[in-house]
Amino acid sequence: MSETPAAPADQPTQGEPRSGRDSGGGAYSQFKRAGGALYRASELDGRLLGLMIALAVAWILFDVASRIWGQGGDSIFGGSFLTPRNLFNLSVQTASVAVMATGMVLIIVSRNIDLSVGSLLGFLAMVMAIVQKEVLPDFIGFDNPLTWIIALAVGLALGAVIGGFQGTLIAYVGIPAFIVTLGGMLVWRGGAFLLASGRTIAPLDENFSRIGGGTEGSLGRLGVDLGIGSDTLSWLLGIGVVLILVGLVVLARRQRQTFGFQTRPIWAELLVVIGGGALVLAAVGTANAYHWPIRVAERYAVANGLEVPEGGLILSTGIAYPVLILIGVAAVMTWIARRRQFGRYVYSIGGNPEAAELSGINVRRTLMYTFALMGVLVAISAAITSGRLDAATNALGQWNELFVIAAAVIGGTSFAGGIGTIPGAILGALFMQTLQSGMVLIGFDTAQQNIVVGAVLVIAVGIDTVYRRRTAT
Amino acid sequence: MTAEETPPTETAAEVQRPVLSTEAPARSADIDRSGQPLVEMRNIRVSFGGVHAVDDVTVDLYPGEVLGLVGGNGAGKSTLMKCLSGARPPDAGQILVKGQPATIHNPRDAKKYNIETIYQTLALADNQDAPANMFLGRELKTRLGNLDDAAMEDATRKVVARLNPNFQNFKTPVKSLSGGQRQAVAIARAVHFNARILIMDEPTAALGPAETAQVRDLIKQLEKENIGIFLISHDIHDVFDLSHRIAVMYHGRIVGVVNKDDVTPDDVLGMIIMGKSLEEVSAEEKASLH
Repeated sequence: MSETPAAPADQPTQGEPRSGRDSGGGAYSQFKRAGGALYRASELDGRLLGLMIALAVAWILFDVASRIWGQGGDSIFGGSFLTPRNLFNLSVQTASVAVMATGMVLIIVSRNIDLSVGSLLGFLAMVMAIVQKEVLPDFIGFDNPLTWIIALAVGLALGAVIGGFQGTLIAYVGIPAFIVTLGGMLVWRGGAFLLASGRTIAPLDENFSRIGGGTEGSLGRLGVDLGIGSDTLSWLLGIGVVLILVGLVVLARRQRQTFGFQTRPIWAELLVVIGGGALVLAAVGTANAYHWPIRVAERYAVANGLEVPEGGLILSTGIAYPVLILIGVAAVMTWIARRRQFGRYVYSIGGNPEAAELSGINVRRTLMYTFALMGVLVAISAAITSGRLDAATNALGQWNELFVIAAAVIGGTSFAGGIGTIPGAILGALFMQTLQSGMVLIGFDTAQQNIVVGAVLVIAVGIDTVYRRRTAT
Repeated sequence: MTAEETPPTETAAEVQRPVLSTEAPARSADIDRSGQPLVEMRNIRVSFGGVHAVDDVTVDLYPGEVLGLVGGNGAGKSTLMKCLSGARPPDAGQILVKGQPATIHNPRDAKKYNIETIYQTLALADNQDAPANMFLGRELKTRLGNLDDAAMEDATRKVVARLNPNFQNFKTPVKSLSGGQRQAVAIARAVHFNARILIMDEPTAALGPAETAQVRDLIKQLEKENIGIFLISHDIHDVFDLSHRIAVMYHGRIVGVVNKDDVTPDDVLGMIIMGKSLEEVSAEEKASLH
């Protein structure tokens, strides 16, 4: 009848524990097996969980190390890492790279690369600075409340255009992404220099610089301005995020039930909600525990006719705007990656470009859009970075492309294409920033920092590669 | 005997086609070729550099007909079919679908004419699960424009269940599935979207005997529904069992189109190897094949 060689018949390849190794009984192996079953039933992303554990370990180690080798502090381990002040700064410093890393995930997933993001950040920051300081005042005067919005809009639009242009060269002309964006890296850095003839433009518009965070650019200040207390808005935000988390879990569960599919066990859902909720509220609590510097609070009190109580005015800084922006970007990018056709196309192209083309996907247009999206995210990061510095300089964003790529890769994005998550990239960015901040607290110099970051990058990807080979997914 | 015009369905509820049945379907002995052909490919030419991979080929296909396309490696079978599926537009020639000239520049165009293809490579996105692959390029969406994953999984479960009742892994990337399961996903994709013209490129090459039998049953089912099928295969027995007519290609040309009932497997084998039409292959040449 048929001469085709016999292929293995259908086997259930999934969901069964690879038993055999620890079949010897014993309390430990029983525990291990139960833990494995627990983990599988919860359907948690193993790579993400591993990264979170690594992050927690790194935070504790740095805190302890900062007590031994650094100046120490008043954290629970007596170090200076796990203090509200350091964690607040960590969150703000992470935001810029993390925002770009969410876009880099999609670029790398589709088997491309963008080396131009650091230079493009510098260029867009310079453009936005010139718009708000040298162009707009001629039309609407200085300190106009619209200045920051117009400058930001110009930056976002230009970012989309430049990203889309590079994407067009890559997708439609067929020049390798590496080459196009390597060229872009040089062009935009040079462009930033020429735009301002090498000057540094500072200070920026007051409202614009709030995008970069700090005491002014945080929910605490907004709450004080609104007269509802410095910590209220941050708590409301935290509660809102927890409620959304609950809502998403319930919605997903109900949808699967409508079709009669298997759902996750209820305790696993609870674990996600309680664990995630606790993390969110802990983050809010930490941000609120970081208080305004006493001088700043006093100055504010004097300027606004507030009474300064004995022992100084204690005001919470709260969640910083860059972090707020990062949360928004993360939500939108996750939605795009997982719930939208565009995201599905990007991942499918990464999995098998030929199959995507044969399925009728407009591969070129999709790739062009990923680069345009990257350009928009770079513009957001440019606003954060220049706002934080309150200046646009030539060197702004230098080396950022490498940190962004490293963040995406540490977060589990595969250069082979098709694999990578937005939350992973954000955790990757947080991990990179943790290393940098932690080593500063210990007193490492730049050379030592570079060596450690480089080594960790290679080790992290090495672990991920081995893990992936083992699980074969 | 023209096929009913059915717009491509986008809803899971409309998947009513009986894909597989256990009893052997009765073959319709004769194909009515007096009416409009489903597909006509006229004077198709494809060149790679100076080489004519497909050289002035003309074939047609009628509703409910299975046309076997055979030939050695590099004979041009797959390239010819790529012209129809939109993967590689022809350099010259004309394609008519139901008598109307069709412009097929890319796979999206082909799907508009209800031309579906099951590629030899299966063309699956390995990192995506079965529902994502089945609906790749034609995703179901909610009212808000989000992907409706639950509805897609539901539709996939229904279609795949008929092809392969053992199939359960709807949430894992297809990379980790067996050859037969991957094939089921690829076939489900073609079947679900109301193909009127189906191109099957070596559909059984990677399959075991049981799965091969399933595919053969499926082909017989589909032809009863007036779908026209181009069947590319190396397996002369498959082609003989399933086709009504057999087109033999050799070095980019069609050396002959024969009625299956008029020839023996040896006749076709002779045509494939010698690259000559049925009449030109001599008795000695045929004898030398054994």
